[in-house]
Amino acid sequence: MTRFFAWGTFLLGCLFFALPLIGMTEFSLKMRRGEYSFDAYRRVFEDQRFWDTFSYSLILAAATIVVGVLLVVPTAYWVRLKLPQARPVIEFITLLPLVIPAIVIVFGYIRLYNTSSFLPLTGSALGTDILLTMGYTTLALPYMYRSVDTGLRTIDVATLTEAAQSLGAGWITILSRIILPNVMVAVLSGAFLTLAIVLGEFTMAALLNRPAFGPFMQLLGANRAYEPPALAVIAFAITWGCMGLMQLVTRFSKHERAKA
Amino acid sequence: MPKQTGGQRLRLPLEWLGILPFVVFAVLFLILPTMKIVVGAFQTPDGGFTLQNLLDLNTPSIRSAYWTSIKLSFVTALLGCAIGFAMAAAVVFGGMPKGVRNPLVTFSGVASNFAGVPLAFAFIATLGPVGLVTVWLRTEFGINLRAMGFNLLSFWGLVITYLFFQIPLMILIIIPALDGLKREWREAAAVLGATGAQYWRMVALPILFPSLLGTFALLFANAFGAVATAFALTGPQLNIVPIKLFAQIRGDVLGNPNLGYALAFGMIVITALANFLYIWLRVRSERWLK
Repeated sequence: MTRFFAWGTFLLGCLFFALPLIGMTEFSLKMRRGEYSFDAYRRVFEDQRFWDTFSYSLILAAATIVVGVLLVVPTAYWVRLKLPQARPVIEFITLLPLVIPAIVIVFGYIRLYNTSSFLPLTGSALGTDILLTMGYTTLALPYMYRSVDTGLRTIDVATLTEAAQSLGAGWITILSRIILPNVMVAVLSGAFLTLAIVLGEFTMAALLNRPAFGPFMQLLGANRAYEPPALAVIAFAITWGCMGLMQLVTRFSKHERAKA
Repeated sequence: MPKQTGGQRLRLPLEWLGILPFVVFAVLFLILPTMKIVVGAFQTPDGGFTLQNLLDLNTPSIRSAYWTSIKLSFVTALLGCAIGFAMAAAVVFGGMPKGVRNPLVTFSGVASNFAGVPLAFAFIATLGPVGLVTVWLRTEFGINLRAMGFNLLSFWGLVITYLFFQIPLMILIIIPALDGLKREWREAAAVLGATGAQYWRMVALPILFPSLLGTFALLFANAFGAVATAFALTGPQLNIVPIKLFAQIRGDVLGNPNLGYALAFGMIVITALANFLYIWLRVRSERWLK
């Protein structure tokens, strides 16, 4: 009896998740009347704006990951090594982006960094790109920090630091050649999650008026019929790819540890 | 440690220097922008202190936007919790094969991140006017969803769409909590003569209650701040707070910049309440999960 209900609940749930995925895939293939074809995908891939916005978002994601790693790894390391008393404060700050909606944060950016302010970032395209990168870093901060901090918990930070110091290593060497390789798995899994978040992000990019992938998808959705579901399939594949890579690095590391 | 006496005075400030980059980043890109909004909500256009902006939120249009948003977040959080819990419980306790669980967790990880614009497209292709399910129901069974009053671009359409990321989030958070229920508790209850229903009502649910309520709060905040899905689904006309704020930032539709601050401030207050409830309850529930 229990088993019957369990299967029933589970299959109903699966149906709910499968239908939209089937729906978007089917719809994206229907561009040619009366038969299935990949015309919608061809249209999407022929659109120059697709490649422009996609590569823009990809570059921004890379920048976000670099800034995030440079910011989070040394901080989490330092807090573990020397400043355990600062830990609650830092953790609280890293959780704030989950509390304050992205739209409110970007609203603050627009008002704070306008052309007449002390740091007129929105005045130029490059400045806005920097601002958007910082915004994405903020959005990814809770995940990145959690991931890296958990990674640091599994290694003996103090001993590794002392060993490196006694061999004459400076702080930069310790961070880049001792700590970073040891938390690489955590960094990578944070990075793939960041990639998934940044590639589909809409609100910040739209309000800062930057040509990112999210606003492009929205624009296409407002004007076309068959290309949007094709884009949805592509976006779903990208999300799936990011999560798959995340799992892969985690599993890979488990094997490494099992061997050691 | 020969240098200890000399180093003692220097040590404190130097150590705090190590987190300076992080603090500068957080102040510039998280705290100052938020303060700008909070302070702006209490300011007149020329900078004086006022409560008028908050009082001005009390117009029929803004009130109904907040009310719709709260209702939407509440309903999707409630349904997300209930369905997510049922699915997680089915997988953990339902005697299902082990091979089901990992794919479900992986899929939940993907689906909880598959929000925003593409999610809206997927639902338009499925439940929209010419979507897969709509057409199928009409041609095979003669059921016309439109005539029955269902519209994807309405409140319940949004609810169904939001559930696609709410349920997986619930599954991701609640499976570890269900794993924390020890087998011994169930056996102890059975030894004392409890039925299955009594075990759930008097043992398992009270233990799970903080994490259930906490996850509910998290799902609530998650739905409350979501912009992209609703915007891509319905465009700028749907009257919920994030969309209203979006339109206000783009073009000052309220005709008063400080009222925009107040609108955003209201959002912070509501999501902050929900999140602090979540964090507080999480700390409480983790006592049981060791």
